[in-house]
Amino acid sequence: MDDPSEQIPDTTPVDLNKVYQESNIQSILDQLEQELVGLAPVKSRIREIAALLLVDKLREQVQLSAQSPSLHMCFTGNPGTGKTTVAMRMAEILHGLGYVRQGHVVAVTRDDLVGQYIGHTAPKTREVLKKAMGGVLFIDEAYYLYKPENERDYGAEAIEILLQVMENHRDDLVVILAGYKDRMDKFFQSNPGMSSRIAHHIDFPDYTAEELLQIAKLMMAKLNYRFSPKAEHAFADYIVKRMQMPNFANGRSIRNALDRCRLRQANRLFVGHSKSLTRQDLMTIEAEDILASRVFSQQSE
Amino acid sequence: MKITQGQFSFLPDLSDAQITGQIQYALQNNWAVNVEYTDDPHPRNTYWEMWGMPMFDLRDPAGIMMEIKECRATYPNHYIRVTAFDSSRGWETPRMSFLVNRPAEEPGFRLVRQEHGGRHINYTLHSYATDKPEGRRYGL
Repeated sequence: MDDPSEQIPDTTPVDLNKVYQESNIQSILDQLEQELVGLAPVKSRIREIAALLLVDKLREQVQLSAQSPSLHMCFTGNPGTGKTTVAMRMAEILHGLGYVRQGHVVAVTRDDLVGQYIGHTAPKTREVLKKAMGGVLFIDEAYYLYKPENERDYGAEAIEILLQVMENHRDDLVVILAGYKDRMDKFFQSNPGMSSRIAHHIDFPDYTAEELLQIAKLMMAKLNYRFSPKAEHAFADYIVKRMQMPNFANGRSIRNALDRCRLRQANRLFVGHSKSLTRQDLMTIEAEDILASRVFSQQSE
Repeated sequence: MKITQGQFSFLPDLSDAQITGQIQYALQNNWAVNVEYTDDPHPRNTYWEMWGMPMFDLRDPAGIMMEIKECRATYPNHYIRVTAFDSSRGWETPRMSFLVNRPAEEPGFRLVRQEHGGRHINYTLHSYATDKPEGRRYGL
């Protein structure tokens, strides 16, 4: 008689649209679509998570209780594929969906979790975990936590505490691990407990040349610069050439390249200072700013 | 005898949800919250033991609730209080302090009279609990 589910018949209608509009999911997803280029698997997973949280809210209304889903995640991918950016965004998304209470991100690496002497690690890790509660704990290059070559390494202790809190305080914080794919795989192989507690393994694909150009334009727009038509063409060439060179780091390489373009543009304006400048000149990156890059000169050798 | 020390002590004991709410308020004001315990209930006892370090830069009460629960599990028959310290200039003092745990049985205090020269009498309080050594005062 006390069972509350008996009071609500199974045929009770639920208003998905109303809940959908009340939460600002659509605006969050739109923003994601606009600001992040490519990354289709990431976006689709975020959409799935959003849908799940929405349906959970609906189920709550008709008293179908369910344990809150585990949202710990692992982001793997090559350098510069946007893992950190997405993690920062993820906190906003989860906060918007009402899954985390405060929506802040605490970004840490091994140094912040692992102590230097016996008995130092546990309080240090716990302090970080407490700071992250109500938000997202982002552990960059998480594989450094575990160093198999040194069995006395304190990293294992940090992992143990991390696992315990990830399990017992699922409602209080979301842990996101990030790192390069091969090393993360090795990390999970040696820490099966960690792997099984993480529900979402998301792989970040490399960007294509077109996507990188789009990213470059977005970055430029944010900095109030723009390419001249010729420069855009030159930059597209630059991207293709740069992608074949070693140490290519996707978005990060593009950002660095743009920074160097800005340097060259400033220098060009400075050297030709006899000419009177306009606002337009200050905003525009010309083809010569890009073609001066060593990427082009090396190619010709 | 129910000890009345700190905030809310004349009210029924706070529930965990109410404690969480109070801590949230302290965190919103950027006060550092810490957890302390003692088994000496004298009102002038200012030397409470600290449960871990004071917690700075927290955003959410969940972390502090975790510490409170652990402290309760370790010292179920001690007094445990939460203190919020305001470090801003001009204050530099605890702004909140309230009990979150108390022993199941509180024996209370005895009034001690000390006779002096003439007909003078000094009065003082003596806690029955402190007749036993530290750590064994409340049946533990």
